[in-house]
Amino acid sequence: MFTMPQKLVIIGNGISGITCARNIRKCSEDNITVISSETEHFYSRTALMYIYMGHMKYDHTKPYEDWFWKKNRIELVMDYVTSIDLKNKVLLLQTGSPIIYDKLVIATGSVSNMPTFPGIDLTGVQSLYGMPDLELMNANTKSIRRGVIVGGGLIGIEMAEMLLSRNIHVTFLVREEAYWNNVLPLEEAELVGRHIKEHHIDLKIATTLKEIKADGNGSVKSIITTSDEEIPCEFVGITVGVSPNIAVVKGTEIETDRGILVNEFFETNIPDIYAIGDCVQHRNPKAGRKAIEQIWYTGRIHGETLASTLCGKKTAYNPGPFFNSAKFFDIEYQTYGNVNPQLSKNESSFYWEYHKNRICFRAVYNKDDGAIIGINALGMRLRHAVCDQWLHERRNIDEVIANLHQLNFDPEFNDRYENVILAAYNKQTGKNVKSKRKKIFSLFTW
Amino acid sequence: MPAINTSLSLTEESKEQTIFQKVGGICIAIAILSLIAAMAGAGKEFPFLFLTIILGMFSLGAVSYALPYFKGHAGIRNNGIMFKSMTDKGSLAWVLAILLTGFYIVIYWYSWMFEGMIRIFDPLSRLLSNKPADQWFMYGAFYTLAVLTMGIRFIGRYRHSRYHVIRTCSVMFFQLGFAFLLPMFLKKLNEPEFYFSYFWPLKYNYLFPSDVSSLIQSGNLGVFMVFWGAMMTFIATPILTYKFGKRWYCSWVCGCGGLAETAGDPYRHLSDKRLKAWKIERWMVHSVLVFITITTILLWLNSYYKGGILGSISGAFAQWYGFFIGAVFSGVIGVGFYPLMGSRVWCRFGCPMAAVLGIFQRFKSKFRITTNGGQCISCGNCSTFCEMGIDVRWYAQRGQDIARASCVGCGVCASVCPRGVLKLENGKESERNIDKPITIGNNNITVHL
Repeated sequence: MFTMPQKLVIIGNGISGITCARNIRKCSEDNITVISSETEHFYSRTALMYIYMGHMKYDHTKPYEDWFWKKNRIELVMDYVTSIDLKNKVLLLQTGSPIIYDKLVIATGSVSNMPTFPGIDLTGVQSLYGMPDLELMNANTKSIRRGVIVGGGLIGIEMAEMLLSRNIHVTFLVREEAYWNNVLPLEEAELVGRHIKEHHIDLKIATTLKEIKADGNGSVKSIITTSDEEIPCEFVGITVGVSPNIAVVKGTEIETDRGILVNEFFETNIPDIYAIGDCVQHRNPKAGRKAIEQIWYTGRIHGETLASTLCGKKTAYNPGPFFNSAKFFDIEYQTYGNVNPQLSKNESSFYWEYHKNRICFRAVYNKDDGAIIGINALGMRLRHAVCDQWLHERRNIDEVIANLHQLNFDPEFNDRYENVILAAYNKQTGKNVKSKRKKIFSLFTW
Repeated sequence: MPAINTSLSLTEESKEQTIFQKVGGICIAIAILSLIAAMAGAGKEFPFLFLTIILGMFSLGAVSYALPYFKGHAGIRNNGIMFKSMTDKGSLAWVLAILLTGFYIVIYWYSWMFEGMIRIFDPLSRLLSNKPADQWFMYGAFYTLAVLTMGIRFIGRYRHSRYHVIRTCSVMFFQLGFAFLLPMFLKKLNEPEFYFSYFWPLKYNYLFPSDVSSLIQSGNLGVFMVFWGAMMTFIATPILTYKFGKRWYCSWVCGCGGLAETAGDPYRHLSDKRLKAWKIERWMVHSVLVFITITTILLWLNSYYKGGILGSISGAFAQWYGFFIGAVFSGVIGVGFYPLMGSRVWCRFGCPMAAVLGIFQRFKSKFRITTNGGQCISCGNCSTFCEMGIDVRWYAQRGQDIARASCVGCGVCASVCPRGVLKLENGKESERNIDKPITIGNNNITVHL
């Protein structure tokens, strides 16, 4: 049956919007338009820090060459959507002429949280989320000597590393008892905290900002912490989380709470309008998942799933076991399944740490039947496919420990820790689990 | 107070770094001045003195630059690469490119200009081979020195990865032993100057009839050399590439690769990542392979028919190949343009050995770069620092394993990846997932091909 091509418009050219656009193009001849006010082309937001540090240039962070969009007939519009006219299905733009849509996907991402401290509006105070922030940070940190980062999360530590790369001294204020302790269990949080200090960062835990003081010209002169310490600085990075960017739907009938409310098909309360990515709040999140989940991978999975629906195959959002990763200076972090900072009643945890090399491994499992619930690793690379399979199968913890060699994803010739971890597990639990690794010299096998 | 202390130590650290750089700069300046003096004629009179000063100062200077990498925390430190004139195609990079290119042009075609400089290598050359130095001995000495000193730098930079440390020691060993000392020692014993670490089709003349017959005539060792060359080309190459990928040669043994991995490391990010470049690469490198194969076959036919059918044409064919491919491509452009086009121009676009190894690696090998499920964040570090211009990210963000013909297995993509997404490994050939994306983490989506 012949169907007229529809006009599909996506607001936002981040990972969610672009993944959606690409996947729709693979199966449909619809007209696809992507609107963004940030950059002309899709780039990887996660690489912003590397541009500042001089590892890469903006061009390197673009996953597709510029000709890609024309070749795949994805029209790019660089403009800001000021409002949505739901009745006439029209988007009003700041500079360009209005755009009509048949179906609309809102993928506007997040905005940085800016709490109301005295002095938050001073020059030199900023957050970091997108390209304009990076340009501002570049200008704000020109030939300065001291900066303060407020908020111990992933963007905070990235900002600290960025400043350090330009020989700017960093004071890092963390509200929790240890770095990122609202996500990481205490042992991991403290391990990362020690590493932060090794990099000569002045990490102040259980401390946050009270006030930012100005010099005579409206710029930052110093900050006052909650313990009434005054720290002179010329830059203040505010990294206290992000919130869904829902400015575009404000004042419309599209239902929002903290984010744009969607069901498992990413449908908003208005027909033909969908929302994906950071800006979304799930009405009924899957068990064990959050209603708002601002993660790169989640955004990508949203995009893939909605594209399938828009291609005619109605598909519900059904993510597999959770996974995430980060890098804290030189320590890589990977997590699979659910590892919470505090164990719940039915959970047990096995933790092993090799202090010297800043490496640790944690497995959280069900107290009653021993089924694996989550895995954390610092300084050690794990194989995602295997973790995913074991979490799906609810593999028994003893089996996990006996087969650690299957998890290993470290570079060749690296030290391997399976046997030490196994020994530590046996010692802690009083069990006698044996490694299932076949002992052969891999060099001589075919 | 800790805050003040850390502040001071931070400043001291960078001060220390500038001191090392100053020392390095001074040493290299002294070496260059001595070179000029040597060329002007002083070298001939005091060869030993100048040799010591020049080699000593170059080594000291380069190592001095490398030392800061050994201090502080091990890890990826690419800070500022995109800002510096020397590494971002700025004026310093152009100066170096012109100097290197000029050096190659002089050494290939106007080596008399270097006469004064060549003479200072006489003591070393006599020691190693009982013969006076020529321009190629001098070139070999500088080349080896560059691999060794910049190899130390590379080890410092990547010392957190044992793969890089072992691999770099390997290229340093093969360059010093197999590509410099051993051939000279063979000369000393009046045996043919033979490089056991180069094979046809890279060292194309090793299977040319003229070289084969002269080697065989030279005695038992010569016969072994012919056997070694043929065995490496036709037996060892397919087997080792099947088992380990082309890296066993390109980033562990080869001298060209050795220079690219060590001296070329500051320029690895300059390789062209565009799809267009990949298309050009495939045409060029395979054309060179076809060309040298035809040349070799023609030479053997010609030799079989005693020059009857081709006359001198096939010889001229070989000479032209030597000029365009051997000199212009691998030397002048291959190394001279390091600071402008990256360190692997020759390996990627011109090397026929790489072409052969690449065909095996792509179609019949256990080697792959495994992508770790859905963990890629598309940041682009892997693609940026791939010296072969492979868009690694394109595969990584699809969760697809990488088995590209050009990959030399240096392992830097895996090292610069901030999320542990890439792993070089040899596994079951059937488990290479190289033709379709995966979607781990999304239960309701399956891939349709």
